[in-house]
Amino acid sequence: MGRYVIRRLLQMVPVFVGATFLIFVMVYALGDPVAALSGDRAPDPATAAQIRRELHLDQPLWQQYLHYMGQIFRGDFGTTFDGQPVLDKMGTAFPVTLRLTAVAIVAEIVVGVTLGVLGGLRRGRLLDSGVLVLTLIVVSVPTFVSGYALQYLLGVKWAWVSPAVALGAPLDELLLPGCVLALVSLAYVTRLTRTSIAENARADYVRTAVAKGLPRRRIVVRHLLRNSLIPVVTFIGADIGTLMGGAVVTERIFNVHGVGYELYQGIVRQNSPTVVGFVTVLVIVFLLANLVVDLLYAVLDPRIRYA
Amino acid sequence: MGGAWRVGAVACVAAVVAVGAAGCGGGGQDPTVVRASWGDPPNPVEPANTTDVQGGKVLDLVFRGLKRYNPRTAVAENMVAESVESPDARNFTVKVKPGWNFSNGEKITARSFVDAWNYGALVTNRQQGAPFFSYVEGYEEVHPEGAGEKPAARTMRGLRVRDELTFTVRLNKKFGLWPDLLGYNAFMPLPRLFFTDHDAWLAKPVGNGPYAVQSYAKGGIMRLRKWEKYPGPDRARNGGVDLQVYTDNDTAYTDLMAGNLDLVDDVPAPQLKHVRKDLGGRYINQPAGIIQTLSFPMYDEKWSRRGVEKVRRGISMAVNRAAITRQIFRGTRTPATDWTAMALGEHGGYQAGLCGDACTYDPAGARKLVAEGGGIPGGAMKVTYNADTGSHKLWVDALCNSVNKALGRHVCDGAPMGTFADYRTKVTQKKMSGPYRAGWQMDYPLIQTFLQSQYFTGASSNDSGWSNKEFDGLVSRANAESEQRQVNDTYHRAERILAREMPAIPLWYQNGSGGYADRIENVSLNPFSVPVYDQITIKG
Repeated sequence: MGRYVIRRLLQMVPVFVGATFLIFVMVYALGDPVAALSGDRAPDPATAAQIRRELHLDQPLWQQYLHYMGQIFRGDFGTTFDGQPVLDKMGTAFPVTLRLTAVAIVAEIVVGVTLGVLGGLRRGRLLDSGVLVLTLIVVSVPTFVSGYALQYLLGVKWAWVSPAVALGAPLDELLLPGCVLALVSLAYVTRLTRTSIAENARADYVRTAVAKGLPRRRIVVRHLLRNSLIPVVTFIGADIGTLMGGAVVTERIFNVHGVGYELYQGIVRQNSPTVVGFVTVLVIVFLLANLVVDLLYAVLDPRIRYA
Repeated sequence: MGGAWRVGAVACVAAVVAVGAAGCGGGGQDPTVVRASWGDPPNPVEPANTTDVQGGKVLDLVFRGLKRYNPRTAVAENMVAESVESPDARNFTVKVKPGWNFSNGEKITARSFVDAWNYGALVTNRQQGAPFFSYVEGYEEVHPEGAGEKPAARTMRGLRVRDELTFTVRLNKKFGLWPDLLGYNAFMPLPRLFFTDHDAWLAKPVGNGPYAVQSYAKGGIMRLRKWEKYPGPDRARNGGVDLQVYTDNDTAYTDLMAGNLDLVDDVPAPQLKHVRKDLGGRYINQPAGIIQTLSFPMYDEKWSRRGVEKVRRGISMAVNRAAITRQIFRGTRTPATDWTAMALGEHGGYQAGLCGDACTYDPAGARKLVAEGGGIPGGAMKVTYNADTGSHKLWVDALCNSVNKALGRHVCDGAPMGTFADYRTKVTQKKMSGPYRAGWQMDYPLIQTFLQSQYFTGASSNDSGWSNKEFDGLVSRANAESEQRQVNDTYHRAERILAREMPAIPLWYQNGSGGYADRIENVSLNPFSVPVYDQITIKG
């Protein structure tokens, strides 16, 4: 197990380097940030040159990349154009998005797994079909549509919640954006759980458990669910990274000053330190989440062992 | 419908509602404070480094300069200045009014200005607004033109402190209207703290305006409170202003509708349809000092050949400005008839109709002119714009549609570019091959900011590379005049050359558009489309 973890961690190094380099190249290709900094007017050439030199933008791409990686290993993620260290921005943005993601994941697990189990156990019946149709609808509605619709209905029309999240993003105000963010994944979790349960419900070990006369509750929770959750856990694990990165739309709609918003601003303003810094952290989160998922398999299914 | 799903969905929504409703009641908002929407300024907020509207809002709240542009008429009036006088339009003597100080108690003297201006001009301080000091003698020494050159001096020769409240300015050439520049942000005075502890100042800017910064969370919210000891005539009529950064204009508008925000100064395009129904008389739509144009790459031989000016004028005639501003912009733009902006006012040099026939929709005339000029160069043209912000696609498509219809042939298409940065890079590197969208927002209400910066040979923002000796001569002559009347007349003569040559087609003047809550009154936008915050009062 220990060796497996070390091997996995080592594998992350090339993935990490490759991913950051790709992002660096892509941001670099978007155009000259200094040209965009002064809006529709042309920047003063001498001032622009000064800024370029201080940000190392006058060097070739590979030198900029080396310089940047050197900085990162010293724990310095650079500064944004408005003079704020990217690390400070991360310090305010990541906790907010983590909270938002947590709300989304909890919603996915609680609502998604529950619906999936209920559907799977009553396969083919009215409830099952109803859940299937509903998930289909949810999957086909884009997040910005459901986001704006719920924001308008709950926030403006009925005034039950605040349509925009206040600065600092208190947990209670994140419930609506969290649910909106979770919607699509939630539908997938429901469907995955439902199929998995429906399949395993006819497995031999379940029949044995029933024959032993175990209480139904115990069969479902300890035997059936534990086995059926493997694909679901994989999905949710991979989803953590996706949700954090994919919060761009939700965060904009609900005025959440998190990772998605900072990334969006970074791209619009061509601010490579922000974009590369944030995406780098997202890559790490993604890789670690995947590792945790792989390790969780062993917990769920003792037959799986890692050497 | 599946019962369990309903239970789940209801549970999710109910949880949101239960906690949300509890959270809504509180807040502890000071009722005398105006809550206004804000965008994150791209540069640090400091006077000579702020050339954008968002940073400009803060400076307008926190600072008062030698002059101030009247929020209604845009005329430059003395504020901290007792007088700015010159015998020859080149040597100026500035007297500062006694009794002014910064909100931290420091007295405002001649030095507060001279030090601030020298800081703004010095190239190593990399201030975006440095070129505003380029009229002062000695600017080239503190701000050498070549990239990477070291400055030969740290202060400008042309600035001299004479006594505590007097300083003199010598310009490198005659510029009679130079005092009218002094209301611009870059010319604000700065306290010692700015130079001794720059980081502390940036974290909480200290100025001399009607408001003082109470707290500033970067990218989030800036809380400004009325400065009780403000010595100026325009004291704040409310208790303060909270500038809140919104991730999206739409969200700010939604929050205004929900009663969590008092003022938005940019109504998003999709909301324009129903803004009158939503807000009634609380919707503001008034001209701002912004013009949008279609610029030509005059550095490209095929667009600058002799005779092509007829084609350029023909294209201008083929644009149905009235229809586009009505249908696409819903009246938030006004068809342009010159190269400045309506908000400039007649005093500043705006004169309607200078563009003449060329800006009047006339399909037959357009066809005739384009044919006389040898047709569209290359047979077809692409109008380049950036697709990431400002919904330019809509109007570019409409413009091309209008041109195609008028000329009776499909000659015009939109050519979107991914990002603003990419687009600006191509524009400033002069790599355009056809017409492209351009815009200009005035820095100060003088005709000079519109014409010289964009069309004078080699000027900083002359992106199209157009050059005309006669035009340059008139601009130089106008700047040497000391009477506003004569300045404007000479500039109008220069504008007639633009009408003849048409290096850029004037499209429309942009309006400022805003909306506010029922709770506040006396809301207006100044000619720079920034709300006049200090005049806002709270109802009841």
